[in-house]
Amino acid sequence: MPLPGEPLRPIDHSAVGSGAILTRMDVALTTRNEAEMIASILGGDPERYHELIRPYERHVYRMALSFVKNEADAEDVAQEAFLKAFHHLASFRGQAKFSTWLISIALNEARSRLRLQSAVRMESLDEGPGEDGQISPALLRDWREIPSQALERKEVRAMVRAAIENLSPIYREVVILRDMEELSIEETAAMLTISTASVKVRLHRARIMLQKVLAPQLKSSAPQRRWFPWS
Amino acid sequence: MVIECKHVWDHLSGYLDSSLPADTRALVQKHLEHCEICSAILDSTRNILILTADDRVFEFPVGFSERLHARLNEEFHRDTGK
Repeated sequence: MPLPGEPLRPIDHSAVGSGAILTRMDVALTTRNEAEMIASILGGDPERYHELIRPYERHVYRMALSFVKNEADAEDVAQEAFLKAFHHLASFRGQAKFSTWLISIALNEARSRLRLQSAVRMESLDEGPGEDGQISPALLRDWREIPSQALERKEVRAMVRAAIENLSPIYREVVILRDMEELSIEETAAMLTISTASVKVRLHRARIMLQKVLAPQLKSSAPQRRWFPWS
Repeated sequence: MVIECKHVWDHLSGYLDSSLPADTRALVQKHLEHCEICSAILDSTRNILILTADDRVFEFPVGFSERLHARLNEEFHRDTGK
């Protein structure tokens, strides 16, 4: 139900997560022939690898940073992922998109780095609710924050980053792959070797957890909004 | 059939992904049309997804690309013995 004076009531559901729209990676691919680039690299022209990976640098770095939470480590993880992909390029058979294959290598590299950082101990302290428990969103009457404007504020960017980083790994992974990298439910399930039903459950819970954490924080950064009292 | 708010919350993610069965989606839609709170929760969740997907959240470090490609060049030259 629209409220008077509300600046943002998006109704276009393709704005987030619709499999019907081109992802950012797909758009990057529309003018590229990656199969030809890969064949050229494997045929003895490694310099073309620079060109092949350029559209994905930001994606791989972002995935690494959301896992290791440290810029220097994230850069190292990203570099290792690109090197590993180069050395294993011959094993890429084109059964998936190159971007998906590359992201799966980055995911594994980031997971390995987490294990090296004694992640088991950290995760046990930061497990969050199990997949069977109940989780409720933050209650509010309306939302007056326009996302593109909110992100112009450094503190909001830090809030969002911290909220993602503080999700326990099983939830963070689905958010990264589905909502940040815009993979489909099926691609996300294949990459994590879990069922599509599990992806949906984890994604739902992760999204509600993010809403629950971020909505009250964004409330305090813009006090003119009307909020529903906590129950 | 009418569903309560807490049941609508269980379907928010599926609603945003347009992956709900048609009958469930219709029930959720009908509830959202008259429930101010659930409608605001849906909007806030959708907008938070837009925030998380924005490239500005995880800033790209200056010089990352140059350092990456320099390291790749080292690797290429090592591999070819140049």
